[in-house]
Amino acid sequence: MTATGGRDPHGPGPSDDGSARPSEVGFSALLEDDPEDLYENAPCGHLSTRLDGTIAKINGTLLAWLGYRREELVGRRRFSDLLTGGGRIYHETHFAPMLAMRGEIGGVALDLRTKDGARMPVLVTSVVKAGSEGQPQLIRTAIFDATMRRSYERELLNARRAAEREDERLRQLVGKLQRSLLPAVLQTPPGLESAAYYRAASTDEVGGDFYDLFPLEDGRWGFFLGDVSGKGVEAAAVTALARYTLRAATVYNPDPAAALRNLNTVLWQEYRQDARYCTVVSGILTPTPTVGGFTAVIASGGHPEPLLLKADGSVHYHPTKGRIVGAFPNSRYTNATVVANPGDTLLLYSDGLTEARSATSETADGRYGTAALARFAHSIAPTNATTAVAAVTELLGTFGAGLTDDTAILAISAP
Amino acid sequence: MRVWDRNNVRLAGRAEGPTVVLAHGFGCDQHMWRHVVSEIGQWARVVLFDHVGSGKADPAAWDADRYASLDGYADDVLSICRDLDLQQPIFVGHSVSSSIGVLAANREPDRFSGLVLVTPSPCYIDDETYRGGFTRDDIDDLLESLDSNYLGWSSSMAPLIMGNPERPELGEELTASFCRTDPAMAQVFARATFLSDNRADLAAVSVPTLILQCAQDAIAPPEVGAFVHAQIAGSQLVTLDATGHCPQLSAPEATAAAITSFVRAAYR
Repeated sequence: MTATGGRDPHGPGPSDDGSARPSEVGFSALLEDDPEDLYENAPCGHLSTRLDGTIAKINGTLLAWLGYRREELVGRRRFSDLLTGGGRIYHETHFAPMLAMRGEIGGVALDLRTKDGARMPVLVTSVVKAGSEGQPQLIRTAIFDATMRRSYERELLNARRAAEREDERLRQLVGKLQRSLLPAVLQTPPGLESAAYYRAASTDEVGGDFYDLFPLEDGRWGFFLGDVSGKGVEAAAVTALARYTLRAATVYNPDPAAALRNLNTVLWQEYRQDARYCTVVSGILTPTPTVGGFTAVIASGGHPEPLLLKADGSVHYHPTKGRIVGAFPNSRYTNATVVANPGDTLLLYSDGLTEARSATSETADGRYGTAALARFAHSIAPTNATTAVAAVTELLGTFGAGLTDDTAILAISAP
Repeated sequence: MRVWDRNNVRLAGRAEGPTVVLAHGFGCDQHMWRHVVSEIGQWARVVLFDHVGSGKADPAAWDADRYASLDGYADDVLSICRDLDLQQPIFVGHSVSSSIGVLAANREPDRFSGLVLVTPSPCYIDDETYRGGFTRDDIDDLLESLDSNYLGWSSSMAPLIMGNPERPELGEELTASFCRTDPAMAQVFARATFLSDNRADLAAVSVPTLILQCAQDAIAPPEVGAFVHAQIAGSQLVTLDATGHCPQLSAPEATAAAITSFVRAAYR
């Protein structure tokens, strides 16, 4: 092809002076595209139906998809006759009523039934054409081949269902694992009251908090409440190790400081590479039936200080010190004694409570904080284990999304 | 009263006329009746409601077990009649609500003065001797069709669909929400509708009954209307010169007229 004879071989007509540039040729091609041919051989199906659904006009593309001759359909069949049985019901119960109400409906997935019985997924869009007075005259429908899209959607749907099933399974598994890390039923020392509450921050991850309250052989009771760093399955393994190590150590030697030292050694040996550690308050409780209360020897490894809510309404943090358990070799812990008289309540909690983000926070970082907790405790004192745990549970509820970590609460009171 | 909210009950028409309960079928909601309400309301107290799981019925009332069978919906119809203290209403049920009306009227025949079954089908699936018009595969096909078309449905639409029951006018919100329901609820209602077989219940109908069918109906063909007519002793069959499964949309005047003359006869 020469420059002077320059003519697009696909172009529709000759150029007058033989000097047309390619873009002009393309434009004239567009101008000359025959509307009739565009309708007939459009890349989508076109269908016009009377208001009762009878086919009035249909284009060649749709006829070719369906395998019918024009005279087999026009004036003889309705649009719904071209659909599968299920599609026909959908058309009558959803498509037609919505079209009647809105005057248009778009992107509806239906299946056509071709003349030889095959099924062809399509997307259907219809509009009602109104006359000059606004009265509906006919329905114009455009039909797009949706074979590829439908199989993609089906996969999407299957994937969503599979994900929902997995999600449910995971939730159940997490729930079971979580429950296995806590006492099934909280035991209560004779003559005292106890209550506990656990709130997981997430339903699809195992939390790292743990607690227990259990009898020793000589009438004394062991108790602890702790918080393992991290979450999930790895944290759960540490939680299990911490809980059973502490319990075994306490039964073997009822000395909280010794039990924590024991736990520190175990965690350090096992997890120092992974930087897994925990904070925990551990104690030995001795009921004092003559007075009606109890004394508790307590040791702490980096854990928030327990609260004592007194019968006279006053509130005291029980001062503790001791390093985080499992973080350093050879950590040492010290015991200190708390005396609970009748009407007093000892409250152990994890930092999920004090670290919760609170709208009314007075701390610089927006956390609830120990000062606010002391005031709250003062507002409910004097109290008992059950009431205190219920009140703190309610308090946790007020944090809403501000509650970002798991929270455990254990209360022991002397009536 | 709980049924008001549960079923989004609306009253229209004359306060002192005979009571006509209009029950919508599977797919949409009480607005299916919008073109016949004014006509019937000229002489009747019209009671409209949405089945639980459809329209603006209270989504909190949804119970997948209860609404897995048409008996659950029939219970609701009876409790609407009871709690609103409706006096001997005529129950007009479209499509599957025909079967729901039959179940309710068979359970408490004295409560109703008549039944109008609009394009009824007691059983949609063919068997050896009966032509319902569909196969089990067709129904599975429909259930899948519901899934495909609900891919675009999102729970964020729910407040728009369910909320604000104080706006009765036919606004943007309605045209956007009409026929859109929670996919899980639609699946349950579709199964209850298209997999039920209530043919044996028809013979027990003892209240005056009108069957309204369309000359051309892609869901309930004339043979099915004839079957229902033959099974219910003393029933009347009227075939409307109308197309489609919803004569209250395609031929509202004729539909209202047929209901009106039936009720006139019943109350004469």
